[in-house]
Amino acid sequence: MDPRRLPRTVTDPKVRHVGFFAPVGPPDESMSSPPRQTTLSPPVAGYSLSPVMIPPPRHLSSDNAPLSPLIAADSFLPVGSYNPSEFSSPSATEDFSEDNFSKDTGWVLNENSGKAALKQNTHAASGLTPVITNEGPPMEAQKEQPPASSKPKKEKTTKSERRALQEAQRTAKAAANAGGSKKSAAASAVVNSANANTKKVAKAPPRKKDSSSVAASEKKGGDRQTDKDRKKDIPHPRMQFDDEDQVEKAKKRSVVKQTESKNRVELFRHLPQYEHGTQLLDLESKFFQLDTVHPAIYAVGLRFLTGDISGGNARCIAMLQAFQESIKDYFTPMEKELTRDLPTKINGYVSFLIQCRPLSISMGNAISFLKHKISELPSTMSESEAKASLLSDIDRFINEKIILAEKVIARHAVTKIRDGDVLLIHGSSSVVEMIFLCAQELGKQFRVVIVDSRPKLEGRMLLRRLLGKGISCTYTHLNAISYIMHEVTRVFLGASSVLSNGTVYSRVGNASVAMVAHQFHVPVLVCCEAYKFHKRVQLDSICFNELGDPDDIARVSGKEDIKYLNDWASIQNLQLLNLIYDATPSDYISMIITEYGMIPPTSVPVIVQEYGEHLLI
Amino acid sequence: MEIARGMDFQVVVLAGGFSKSLVPLVSKKVPKALLPVANRPVLSYVIDLLEQKNLKDLIVVVEGETAAHSVSAWISGTYIDRLHVEVAAVPEDVGTAGALRAIDHRLTAKDILVVSGDLVCDVPPGAVAATHRRHDAVVTALLCTAPASGPSDSGSSGAKDKAKKPGRYNIIALDPTKQFLLHIAAGAEVEKDIRVQKSILRAVSQMEIRADLMDAHMYAFKRSVLQDVLNQKETFQSLRRDVLPYLVRSQLRSELLSNGVQSDENGNSKDAMQNAKILPSQLLANASTPSFHELYALGPDGSSSITRKTHKCCVYIANKSKYCARLNSIQAFSDINRDVVGDANHLSGYSFSAQNNVIHPTAVLGSKTTVGPQCMLGDGSQMGDKCSVKKSVIGRHCRIGSNVKVVSSVIMDHITIGDGCSIQGSVICSNVQLQERVILKDCQVGAGFVVTAGSEYKAESLAKK
Repeated sequence: MDPRRLPRTVTDPKVRHVGFFAPVGPPDESMSSPPRQTTLSPPVAGYSLSPVMIPPPRHLSSDNAPLSPLIAADSFLPVGSYNPSEFSSPSATEDFSEDNFSKDTGWVLNENSGKAALKQNTHAASGLTPVITNEGPPMEAQKEQPPASSKPKKEKTTKSERRALQEAQRTAKAAANAGGSKKSAAASAVVNSANANTKKVAKAPPRKKDSSSVAASEKKGGDRQTDKDRKKDIPHPRMQFDDEDQVEKAKKRSVVKQTESKNRVELFRHLPQYEHGTQLLDLESKFFQLDTVHPAIYAVGLRFLTGDISGGNARCIAMLQAFQESIKDYFTPMEKELTRDLPTKINGYVSFLIQCRPLSISMGNAISFLKHKISELPSTMSESEAKASLLSDIDRFINEKIILAEKVIARHAVTKIRDGDVLLIHGSSSVVEMIFLCAQELGKQFRVVIVDSRPKLEGRMLLRRLLGKGISCTYTHLNAISYIMHEVTRVFLGASSVLSNGTVYSRVGNASVAMVAHQFHVPVLVCCEAYKFHKRVQLDSICFNELGDPDDIARVSGKEDIKYLNDWASIQNLQLLNLIYDATPSDYISMIITEYGMIPPTSVPVIVQEYGEHLLI
Repeated sequence: MEIARGMDFQVVVLAGGFSKSLVPLVSKKVPKALLPVANRPVLSYVIDLLEQKNLKDLIVVVEGETAAHSVSAWISGTYIDRLHVEVAAVPEDVGTAGALRAIDHRLTAKDILVVSGDLVCDVPPGAVAATHRRHDAVVTALLCTAPASGPSDSGSSGAKDKAKKPGRYNIIALDPTKQFLLHIAAGAEVEKDIRVQKSILRAVSQMEIRADLMDAHMYAFKRSVLQDVLNQKETFQSLRRDVLPYLVRSQLRSELLSNGVQSDENGNSKDAMQNAKILPSQLLANASTPSFHELYALGPDGSSSITRKTHKCCVYIANKSKYCARLNSIQAFSDINRDVVGDANHLSGYSFSAQNNVIHPTAVLGSKTTVGPQCMLGDGSQMGDKCSVKKSVIGRHCRIGSNVKVVSSVIMDHITIGDGCSIQGSVICSNVQLQERVILKDCQVGAGFVVTAGSEYKAESLAKK
């Protein structure tokens, strides 16, 4: 945890920015600062730099020696390295600093020296090293030194002021008073009394507190700003479900009432997860009230939600066909244009479908295709013509991008199947199934190993169909993958999406199959239609994924007697994770088969760039 | 026209006519649909339920011209500004299937929601419709948990109730996922054994037969199928007894339904025209979790060489917490009245007082008169001194003398009750006059009847000859 946190906070240029600029803009100062300013106008200059130190002290308590070079090194990092998304919770960091502060007053002592050190332009690591010392007595000496070396005049005044302050403080202490009265700042009084045993702290605590809170608020502001910037630059691809504000807003917008499930896995909190059943019930009871949603869309959404339709291609086709139905019934309202009104309708449908189940990347591509087609319609075209052209466009998309693409992929892939091959497939993929059928038709002699995994056990359906075609099969579960891999000569995998760094995003379990195959030097062939390619880069399966119903893994279908996890939701310290997808790194993939040919995973960007536009034609 | 445009659903409310089983409660002036439940016609519960769910275009089918007249008068008086209701009169004794046959030409939407007018429930009709659409079924029936407690714990349940009880329950067979209907039979019609089709049992491999569910008479039908069945099978009288069992029986050999109505919706018929269309539909079929219908249709080896036509009969099983009852017997009438002012009082639409009862502000109570919880007293009713009312509904403009005891009874409008009467577990229709010291226990008194002073009846049905 710590090593991750350190660079993040230290490199954070926003914080540093805040520190330097906070006092310049008086309105940014926190509540307690005005009284301080009135009483002690000269020290303000000194305080003005104090927020600079906010990030470093955090680490002082944790580890001392290795820190200073780190700070030095980090302070030279370019601003661009700052990733706003990484800096997710300002409140958390604020807590951290305050916590730290109240717990050990030791580092508060350093405040002065650290500030002093930083006044030497923060450039040298040596300038920062004194900060680390935790003891009170040496501080006096240190305090004297830095001002002597640099900018004596200004420092002098502050120093003297501070010394006067400390004197005053001492007298106050001696009078067995909290001493805060002199300062007239309520905040300082409180903190002083809290830190009564360390005498020199006098001024530092309130400042510390102020500055930290200022910094925190600034940080928030800064974060917000970066949020806006980010929005301008790249639209946020998916909602972060651990952001309460966003979730609240989304809830207001949503048609379907969704109860979020309770025990969610911390790492995947940014993904939506709802209590299974609540959505369905609500959707059902609202059947007649959803005027904005076309019945065909509704039916498809319901089937997505209940899992009646699954699989990338099937969902995409079902969605497009529902769009066709809705376009057939669409009439442009008065005083509106089809090219402008229809996309908003489609947007409404899409957001409805997202509420039923998050869209796959392929569906996103299909939607952008449709919208592109709508925007391309000439305004001179009559409504019926426009509708007809859209309908045929959708038909063409389904046929060319999905059906024909599958056929072409099958034709390509069949060349890689030799007599006597043992082919392994995980789960169920429509393309891979077609490859097998194609190879069978060509009279190739091969055997199929179907590797299946809970909870969906999609492989069984595939097994049934392949057996029906007379293909000899072996059926096993993912657990036995390392055993069965010995006899396998080719691994065929389907994909939900292929990302431009060659990562294959697909059904959970594919990554481990690919990894084992790689280990056994078995070629892994990923079959994926080009419409599922996306220019996004994804390194892990955490950022974007989908969470399934946790009950699915808690229950064993057909074995009602296995019910140890029946009331898992009530167990506080248990979380179930049912991931739907995983990301297979390109290292494990020998080849990606698309309708444009067989390519290495490194060539995915070529397809995305060269043929990406072809998608829209 | 009268279509819930949004979802392409049409709603037909079968309000019935003068049901024989409800004599003497029903009369020339009060058809079954207008029987008061908590001082509101029972039909209003269905219409309100539909209205709540944004279904504002309804067809109400009533048996008999006179009944239709009074129903339409009431509807136009109550809902004129809010709903678009068409009241259609059909001849008496045509049965529910006959009633639909009679309004056949009005049915245009893709699916029809048929609701019985005597249903008092809070199950959202959308749930039935959604299930129907999800499976693309030919029929979806709403099943409710039969009220297990209900009649037995009320004091009024007599021998009559025991005789009725088996008739209320249905024998229903479901598949393991509890989504499909495999067999349905009314409990009363089952003598000793039920016959389950082997073919269905073989296809499903596991069947759950339940007797604790009640068919609530809310069905979603696919219009084309419904019309086909009604036209082909002239003899079918009742939806429940004939049409539904027929559809359930024939679900694995639906070639009986002409021109592949079902496959038309699946896009299979388009296949013949466009070869390219096969693949998407097949792809979709492969991707979706198949029901036993689809597996059966594929044949034993999974190859689709001989496609057998099937259709789906679905059920929506309402949550146990939902209230659901049908007013189809006198016992049910008093039960529903009791429940609507009692346990299920959210249905009544009234706000209950702190004492858990509803007393209209214009009602006048004499001194030392008590109205207990779970009671309702209509507007303009007057009660004398020292009366006591428990678990009862009293209608509008009743005049009740002193020292009257009313327990677990339903008293309709404009009734005069003399001093010293005692009424227990009874139903008293409008305009009845009870003279002094009448004692009624488990009785039904028809409209306009006069009970002479001092008479005592037990478990009798009194009506004007």
